[in-house]
Amino acid sequence: MDVTKNRIEDRNIPEIVKAAIEKHGNGRDALIPVLSEINAALGYIPAQAIAEVRRQVHDPSRQVYVNESQLYSMVSFYQMLSTKPRGRHVVKFCESAPCHVVGGRQVWQALEDELKLKNGETSADGKWSLVTTSCLGICSVGPVILIDEDVYGNVTPKEVSEILAKYD
Amino acid sequence: MAFFRSHVLVCVDPECLAKGAHAMLDALQDELVSQGLIDEIQVLETSRIGSCADGPEMMVYPEGIHYVGVTEDDIPYLVEEHFLKGRVVPKFQKSIVAVVDEELGPAKPKEVRVVLRNCGQIDPENIEDYIAEDGYAALAKVLGDMQPEQVIDEVTRSGLRGRGGAGFSTGKKWQFCRNSAGTPKYIICNADEGDPGAFMNRRVLEGDPHSVLEGMIIAGYAIGANWGYVYCRAEYPLAVRTLNLAIRQARDLGLLGENIMGTNYSFDIEVRQGAGAFVCGEETALIASIEGKRGEPRPRPPFPAVQGVWGKPTNNNNVETYANIPQIILKGADWFASMGTEKSKGTKTFAIGGDVNHTGLIEVPLGITLREVIYDVAGGIKDNKPFKAVQIGGPMGGCLPEKYLDEKIDYESLNAAGAMMGSGGMIIMDDETCMVDIARFFMDFTQDESCGKCTPCRVGTRRILEMLQRICDGEGEPGDIEKLEELCQQVQQNSLCGLGQGAPNPVVSTLKQFRSEYEAHIYEKRCPAKVCRKLIHYSILEGPCTGCTVCARNCPVNAISGERRHLHVIDPDICIRCGICKQVCNFNAVAVS
Repeated sequence: MDVTKNRIEDRNIPEIVKAAIEKHGNGRDALIPVLSEINAALGYIPAQAIAEVRRQVHDPSRQVYVNESQLYSMVSFYQMLSTKPRGRHVVKFCESAPCHVVGGRQVWQALEDELKLKNGETSADGKWSLVTTSCLGICSVGPVILIDEDVYGNVTPKEVSEILAKYD
Repeated sequence: MAFFRSHVLVCVDPECLAKGAHAMLDALQDELVSQGLIDEIQVLETSRIGSCADGPEMMVYPEGIHYVGVTEDDIPYLVEEHFLKGRVVPKFQKSIVAVVDEELGPAKPKEVRVVLRNCGQIDPENIEDYIAEDGYAALAKVLGDMQPEQVIDEVTRSGLRGRGGAGFSTGKKWQFCRNSAGTPKYIICNADEGDPGAFMNRRVLEGDPHSVLEGMIIAGYAIGANWGYVYCRAEYPLAVRTLNLAIRQARDLGLLGENIMGTNYSFDIEVRQGAGAFVCGEETALIASIEGKRGEPRPRPPFPAVQGVWGKPTNNNNVETYANIPQIILKGADWFASMGTEKSKGTKTFAIGGDVNHTGLIEVPLGITLREVIYDVAGGIKDNKPFKAVQIGGPMGGCLPEKYLDEKIDYESLNAAGAMMGSGGMIIMDDETCMVDIARFFMDFTQDESCGKCTPCRVGTRRILEMLQRICDGEGEPGDIEKLEELCQQVQQNSLCGLGQGAPNPVVSTLKQFRSEYEAHIYEKRCPAKVCRKLIHYSILEGPCTGCTVCARNCPVNAISGERRHLHVIDPDICIRCGICKQVCNFNAVAVS
């Protein structure tokens, strides 16, 4: 995990938070988009980023009240936000019924074997995280996996290593 | 205006993108530029040319040639053959008559397309396409000729009920919100379509986003709101993109923003994305999420019509509800009310899944029977197997057996039968489905998605799941059924929101309709459908087995032994009961007991 940790410390968290707020706004209703943006930039939301969001958004003069515990409660609630470091590439596997019945279980097995990870784990070199996701709504091309922003449909266990090889 | 001798329509639906349409599109543009054809041939991005099942698809006009399975590597060849030499490339050609869109496609027998009428027919990224199909004409009529009360009256008379599942009268809901004291008021469109396997709203948002926006603006005018939110789940990035584009185009034409169509009415819309939480489909949780909080429900009353976003009166409807509004205004309440039953008017979209011949998206008039949907619209059960049950209403719905097949699909009949309309997921199951396993599958989902705020749901769903797991594993005990029934009742009656109150439904309905299967699991340690792995074992029959070794070679755990041309044997201690040997055997020699 050292690799990821070093990377985070190199990043300018106040700048990243500022950019996210400039893009999505500084009201309470912008908090989820802002946190999602930070999560995308850093791979997760470290404690420093939570403190920084509070510093930049909390403003009684605009009647916007935010505290760190509230922010933490959000980050821990939503599936797509993470409090722990994630790999450079996040592999999301659709675990819903329509994908399950068209061979999803075998694809999941292949992912676990290939990455040597279980659900929710991140590889020691900080490259991969493996998680499940809720239905992506493209059930007609199941089984579906999502790697970062790329969607792969009709995945077979055989194709898994080929697809993973595209990422470095 | 530039003249193009040929137009290429490339499908950019998520299914095709998942198969590399983006790289193909880039390659096509590059190739046309390098061949000097870019001024003669126009490339357009479109939606839903075919089923998307065979990978990147395109349609070439004026010839009307439909190509499928074209990858970026095929582009140089295709461009040279088709666009330089004028020869059709049969390798990629899909027969024109046989265009089958498995998800939507042409209307099937007994389908009536109201909400889906434009999906696949117009370019969702071009507002002019929508306007050409009478788009925003309803808005013009409302702003020009109708008072807000008249709009509410028209919607009430149409009999439209909430398409998110609960089925409350839309007109009445609007009236409550209009009558509520407090300003400003807000409009919310619930696009947090979380039911697994249900993607009706995604198709409307991606295929006809303006119909939803127009419905929201009309609702805003009727209620007296000037601001609207579309809350869309983050799992639908393309829908979010299409919506944002549609909002920009509507603003450019003065259909959103200050003084819409030159009147003194102003209304604007913003898209808010979730971050992955099923419970945010519940309206009070959704509102909390918009306000930048944990998406946890709160007790009602006060209802959102009185206290919603930022504590102000808020009207929340589903995507499909709003998409119905423009046509109700244009064609009249009587037209809408002519479809459906006495209390359930209009049409409803359903996402059909499971063991039927035609899975995908349909829209049918309410009042149609389950039998008509399954056998006429969806083409009957695959391989002519017997029908066993239909699961309707999503993870909070119920399973209905054959005796309900002639029930009408309307809000009251489904509730009376122990299922619900829900948002429109329908999973059809044949006789190889174990109902205890299905109940376990749905409980697994709701248990995982319980937000944890109230104890009956947080703890109750977990205990129900544990009991079901034990029963599926052959460790059920006498008395379990009664305990399950009591626990389900507790969770239904004491949970805070619809998710918890509905969570036990799959168990309750299967216990009621398929009790004997639970009894077989518990008392006889037997799974009648031969699904629950710990209760079945595989063996190879001496007669049909030819000793071809296919099963042994495919077994993932090497549990099968035997010489070529001699009977093979499965070692039950090693066997993980995955069923692969049964699938690969060409001689039906693998038996399950």
